Amino acid sequence: MSDATATVRTERHPDLPPPATTVGVLGWLRTNLFSSWLNTALTLLGLYLLWLIVPPLLDWAVFSATITGEDRTACEPNPGACWVFIKVQFWQFIYGFYPPDQTWRVNLTFLLFVAGVAPVLIERIPGKKWALFYLLFAFPVIAYVLFVGGVFGLPLVETALWGGLSLTLVVSIIGIVASLPLGILLALGRRSKMPILRMLSVVFIEAWRGVPLISVLFMASVMLPLFLPEGVNFDKLLRALIGVALFSAAYMAEVVRGGLQAVPRGQYEAAAALGLSYWKTMGLIVLPQALKIVIPGIVNTFIGLFKDTTLVAIIGLFDLLGRVHTATTNAAWLGMSTEGYVFAGAVFWVFCFGMSRYSIRLERKLGAGQRRR
Amino acid sequence: MSLDTATLPTRPSAWNDPRVRGIVVQVVVLAAVVAFGIHIVDNTATNLAKQKIASGFGFLSNTAGFDISMHLIPYTPESTYGRAFVVGLVNTLLVAAIGVVLATVVGFVMGVARLSPNFIISRLAGVYIEIVRNVPLLLQLFFWYFATLAAMPHPKQSHDLGAGFFLNVRGLYMPSPVPGERFGLVIVAFIVGIVATFVVKRWARRRFEATGQPFPMAWAGFGLILGLPIVVLLATGVPLSFELPELKGFNFTGGTVLPPEFAALLAGLSVYTAAFIAENVRSGIQAVSHGQTEAAFALGLRRGATLRLIVIPQALRVIIPPLTSQYLNLTKNSSLAVAIGYPDLVSVFAGTVLNQTGQAVEVILITMAIYLTISLLISLGMNLYNRRVRLVER
Repeated sequence: MSDATATVRTERHPDLPPPATTVGVLGWLRTNLFSSWLNTALTLLGLYLLWLIVPPLLDWAVFSATITGEDRTACEPNPGACWVFIKVQFWQFIYGFYPPDQTWRVNLTFLLFVAGVAPVLIERIPGKKWALFYLLFAFPVIAYVLFVGGVFGLPLVETALWGGLSLTLVVSIIGIVASLPLGILLALGRRSKMPILRMLSVVFIEAWRGVPLISVLFMASVMLPLFLPEGVNFDKLLRALIGVALFSAAYMAEVVRGGLQAVPRGQYEAAAALGLSYWKTMGLIVLPQALKIVIPGIVNTFIGLFKDTTLVAIIGLFDLLGRVHTATTNAAWLGMSTEGYVFAGAVFWVFCFGMSRYSIRLERKLGAGQRRR
Repeated sequence: MSLDTATLPTRPSAWNDPRVRGIVVQVVVLAAVVAFGIHIVDNTATNLAKQKIASGFGFLSNTAGFDISMHLIPYTPESTYGRAFVVGLVNTLLVAAIGVVLATVVGFVMGVARLSPNFIISRLAGVYIEIVRNVPLLLQLFFWYFATLAAMPHPKQSHDLGAGFFLNVRGLYMPSPVPGERFGLVIVAFIVGIVATFVVKRWARRRFEATGQPFPMAWAGFGLILGLPIVVLLATGVPLSFELPELKGFNFTGGTVLPPEFAALLAGLSVYTAAFIAENVRSGIQAVSHGQTEAAFALGLRRGATLRLIVIPQALRVIIPPLTSQYLNLTKNSSLAVAIGYPDLVSVFAGTVLNQTGQAVEVILITMAIYLTISLLISLGMNLYNRRVRLVER
């Protein structure tokens, strides 16, 4: 027997760290950016694009921009954006020509709207049913009195003075609130067993969905006055609102129809077995479930409507975009169109992106509830 | 024998019979709709008579008297309103057709980029999608038209892009092709190439199904459709010349010009719609379960073949229906041309013609009917295509 020694390890060797190229910053870079030749090329392309876009944009918007001063002469020394234009015109972009000492009425109306809409959209706040009734019946009256005035000592404000972001919100909110009941009726009509009702609903829905909003607005502004009996005349804003409401009702009807189809058949049958009438079945059993499912769809329709509201500028109403556009054609501020559109775009983006995030979150939550079942 | 009448089911009173009630409700609704329609027609007739506006479609053959900046078919101010209508319709169809193609290409690229494992590429695509989707189209059109146009130089200081292309505030000037005598042969070769591709494709498919031998169809089609006309072109001695745009005085003459209104509208529509298509493509691809890809790899298919034969055909089923509505939206949105002065159907017909003739009812009805027809045709075509790619179930 030789006296060879055997090395026998008695305790476990400590774990070696993973290779440096697979973890940490380096590993992340390797898997996400440089995993193959193609990927590396794409990364370089992306970086090149970023280098092309970001520094000039930052320079224009921030570093070489002007924010102090009262008119365009303040901007002349700087090559960047002239935010003075936005600063000077800001309140006009928000309120249009609404009398400055009366703008509290606009603010109060939107506060009241938020107070009504918060319980509907946020689950934790109770009182959904009351909030919905308030929104559909009480709020329109209050909002009308506050905006138009002429009673209770509030001075009358002509609709021709309305404008800016507040007009955008007025048109889109009225459009969506008015289109909801009409859309529900149309959706019920489309799923009705009565052939004539069904046909009328289908024709109405498909006709409105097949034409562009701009032609609907043209129709509302030039054809509607011809439809009315002598002596009756509608305000320009009201005509646009009628067009918008009818147009979005057709889209709303399709959203609600999706919800109605998602309610299980058993619910209809159970209601029938209990001897409920059609309206009781719909009002107490089907619609509450259907409408809850379609809240994300309604929010998406609202986003679309909110963006489409800009088209009223074409028929001569001055919403946010209309105001900005007119301001850029003003001789004192010629050549400021980029600043104006960037500002308007940012405002629209904040609203639409916020709402779409909300709708995605809600969809996920409702979907999770469906999956558990 | 007599039955106890009390145990027989009695007929409900007429008012409680659902069938009778249904008929009554429908008759009442129909009567209300008809009465409303008659009331409106009556009011309109009275109002028109009072304002002394002619009615009927006779105005379509009157002389228009205004010029249209862009027309693909011959048009002069002496042409009729009917001709002006056709010019507008052709312009609408042109911008919609090119826009659909561009938006589809950009949308597919962006949708795939959004799913790329590359962090920077997917984020860039995400930023593009989220910015463009959440800003109104009209604002984007204004931006493309007014903000970009303001940065363009006058004709004298045009950007020379080389090869006869010039960019200035009047638009993009391009060389225009002037076909020679025997150029017709090249077009014939092109058509023959397309037909031959279809024939070869059918033959290749049959052979593949019978013997399993694949055929490089992509290369064959490429060669037939592009190669054949090029060979004919060279063989006939290139019967094609180009007319270059030239600066004469303050403006360019000759060549073809792409007006800035057209370019802005096309850019705006394609970029906007592409963002929505990208989202549809992303969700369509995500709807194909990863097991399909793994199964394809397990069968030994390469990455490209997996994408082409397994993932895309399944994703298309999910993508086509929302894609249809995006095409419809793009076509309808092309009516925003009126805001930047591109002479489309709405701008020419529901704008200028309406203002000149005052015949609002006829003009608006024709415009709406045309859009409705286009919408129905597009959805018909897409439904046919959808039927082809749809899952065939037993």
